[in-house]
Amino acid sequence: MLVNVNAFTSWPDFCRYVQDERGELPQHHGEVRRNDVDLALAPETLARWQFGITTVYHFLFVPLTISLAALTAGLETAWVRTGNPKYLRATKFWGKLFLINIAMGVVTGIVQEFQFGMNWSDYSRFVGDIFGAPLAFEALIAFFFESTFIGLWIFGWDKLPKKIHLACIWMVSIGTILSAYFILAANSWMQHPVGYRINKEAGRAELTDFWAVLTQNTALAQFFHTITAAFLVGGAFMVGIAAFHLARKKHIPVMRTSLRLGLVTVVIAGMLTAISGDRLGKIMYQQQPMKMAAAEALWDGQAPAPFSVFAYGDVDEGHNKVAIEIPGLLSFLANDDFTSHVPGINDINKAEQEKYGPGDYRPNIPVAYWGFRWMIGFGMASFGIGLLGLWLTRRKFLLPPALRTGEDEVPNLVLFRNTALSPKFARLYWIVALWTLLFPLIANSWGWIFTETGRQPWVVYGVLRTADAVSPGVSQAEVLISMTVFTLLYAILAVVEVRLMVKYIKAGPPELTEADLNPPTRIGGDPADADRPMAFSY
Amino acid sequence: MELHDVWFVLIAVLWIGYFFLEGFDFGIGVLTKLLARDRKERRVLINTIGPVWDGNEVWLLSAGGATFAAFPEWYATLFSGFYLPLLLILVCLIVRGVAFEYRAKRPEENWQRNWENAIFWTSLIPAVLWGVAFGNIVRGVKIDAQMEYVGSVADLLNPYALLGGLVTLALFTFHGTVFAGLKTVGEIRARARKLALVLGPVTAVLALGFLLWTQYGHGDGASLVALIVAVVALVGAIGAIGAGREGWSFMLSGVTIVAAVAMLFLTLFPNVMPSSLNEAWNLTVTNASSTPYTLKIMTWCAAIATPLVMLYQGWTYWVFRKRIGTQHIADA
Repeated sequence: MLVNVNAFTSWPDFCRYVQDERGELPQHHGEVRRNDVDLALAPETLARWQFGITTVYHFLFVPLTISLAALTAGLETAWVRTGNPKYLRATKFWGKLFLINIAMGVVTGIVQEFQFGMNWSDYSRFVGDIFGAPLAFEALIAFFFESTFIGLWIFGWDKLPKKIHLACIWMVSIGTILSAYFILAANSWMQHPVGYRINKEAGRAELTDFWAVLTQNTALAQFFHTITAAFLVGGAFMVGIAAFHLARKKHIPVMRTSLRLGLVTVVIAGMLTAISGDRLGKIMYQQQPMKMAAAEALWDGQAPAPFSVFAYGDVDEGHNKVAIEIPGLLSFLANDDFTSHVPGINDINKAEQEKYGPGDYRPNIPVAYWGFRWMIGFGMASFGIGLLGLWLTRRKFLLPPALRTGEDEVPNLVLFRNTALSPKFARLYWIVALWTLLFPLIANSWGWIFTETGRQPWVVYGVLRTADAVSPGVSQAEVLISMTVFTLLYAILAVVEVRLMVKYIKAGPPELTEADLNPPTRIGGDPADADRPMAFSY
Repeated sequence: MELHDVWFVLIAVLWIGYFFLEGFDFGIGVLTKLLARDRKERRVLINTIGPVWDGNEVWLLSAGGATFAAFPEWYATLFSGFYLPLLLILVCLIVRGVAFEYRAKRPEENWQRNWENAIFWTSLIPAVLWGVAFGNIVRGVKIDAQMEYVGSVADLLNPYALLGGLVTLALFTFHGTVFAGLKTVGEIRARARKLALVLGPVTAVLALGFLLWTQYGHGDGASLVALIVAVVALVGAIGAIGAGREGWSFMLSGVTIVAAVAMLFLTLFPNVMPSSLNEAWNLTVTNASSTPYTLKIMTWCAAIATPLVMLYQGWTYWVFRKRIGTQHIADA
């Protein structure tokens, strides 16, 4: 099959490929024969797949960790302040699920720390002066924080006075958020490089303004968007599991509290995710117009530009065959103005060719287009279900006395004034809430797939191409081995983790013991308890 | 002393911290088969490191991240060069972390036994591989003019590096045994002390051999001092455990690790990864380092964060200072 040489994103890279693979140098620019298997197994393709698999997998655990840490901390705060045991039971229940989840997040995160050196050594050499710093900050400040205080929290129930124990989970929560901030500052630099110069002699990019890297608007918007989206994940997770128990009329006091907490989280986080997403989108229209044009499959610039609801197109020809559109909306999303001009894929590709030299500067359009839609669709759906739930379970002052329920009753779901939903419809809501509990997680994954593939062919936008970033010394066989090993290992661990989660979700909140209700008053544990079994042990 | 020299020292400090702390973690993992007689004793051992192993492992992540930031070329060459061994280490660390967290989460016999086996192997394998890796770094590996590793995996399996692997395994296991003596109570404590007296001399012989080989091949005056400190401390650690002074013994086995790793870094300086093909192709603190500006920012970060980390991690050890015995493990 004929493959355009431009698929390689850069001429030197293509030369290197041919030299490595065929032992000869190509003589001229132009069309070359190269079969699909070669392309699919090219080292940069494999390295990208491995990075994609390990990173998307890692990020399945991250948003839940970030949000559940804070929500668990909130519940433990309620226990410490009120002394109401239902909050302690809720803390222990959600805390257990949090720990099962964070264990996976921690261990899959180790790979991330080393993968840049292993598979992207040319990237590491070229941008290490800039990119390494936030990564090191993350380890030295956030990881130490998280890992140390989580140990104290897990094993500290009978070793720490309750206020200090509470402080530990808040420390963990702060650690997770700091960690997110540093890694997102690093990622934002790849999206929109600032505070650097290219040193031609040293052949690398060098940091000139660290403050700019940490505080550029891309970093702040990405941070805000990622954190709020993480809370959407945790909120929907709580709502779904609480719905599961409430539908069975089990553990009602704890699950009532959890349901409300989850619903409020979903609604607030959902709104903030939309606001921050809109802000990030506008920034991306300025900084990476190609990504946003791809997100809309907008081939040619238009004024006013429509928002695409559905499109089916031909990438080689550069146009859509089928398109359903809302006129003017895209102009508004991009520029806050319904009539403004929005550039298209073909225009930007031409402009980038003029700027960076010959090549194809288009990302994978269908992935960007559909990824963008899955992100928004799953996120909005979850927000809608949460908003509905919050209205259905509204509190006293909006509800006639006859429909109000007590602490140990399943709340009535009230759609209109004075009438509760029939048991059949109420059950339907619980089922919907349960089966959509992972919707925001799907939205998170697609959001990252969109934003990372949408930046291609660049690894650092406008500075370094992905194909030039891969490790030249790592062979095809080595990447194949590692990709297979990671994929298999991760698949097995996924089964183990999900089954464990389901087991502990079904088990519900634990009964409290005397010791749980009487935490120690001294650091290290009360002397009278010296020979008691540990409150928690591996 | 220029900033890249400071960072050479700081990277050494992070690796030393890692080997000191996760050294006894790995040792405890190996002891689950060497010292424990039944499940309850295995659990006693695992729980001595329960609250701290995760924090200990972050020393490795910090060493990795700091190397990336301060010496990008070193980070790139090392981890792309030692690709498959590093993959094996990563797989072990992944399984090991999950094993600690998930082992007790189900009551089934198979489940618990499998995770216990996993803890043993995933502690033993990295304990060996880190020694092999550092042996190779000190010895020099095939690095070309573009700073790329051009050797094979087989090149890494040379006698000197393999001896290094045995030394780290023995030293970590000894260190872990002394730690077990310090942190447990009852019968298992007495057996830990006895085992330490067997492991100690074996470790001493292996370590002396490896360090002398290192001194002979790469050493200078400073590394000789470190060698002597390491060996004297190890002998002291054995003597102290024989005399029943577990605290002193643990401190001294710790000094052994500090001095031995310091010796390896002393023989490296000013190289960070010497090339066995051509001295001109060595990675050095100068040609592998970041710009002074980045190093300055990193120095501020490390100068503030590292003492704080030591403080709150130290506090954790104080909170969990009580010895653990079988009576502290609830029947699961």
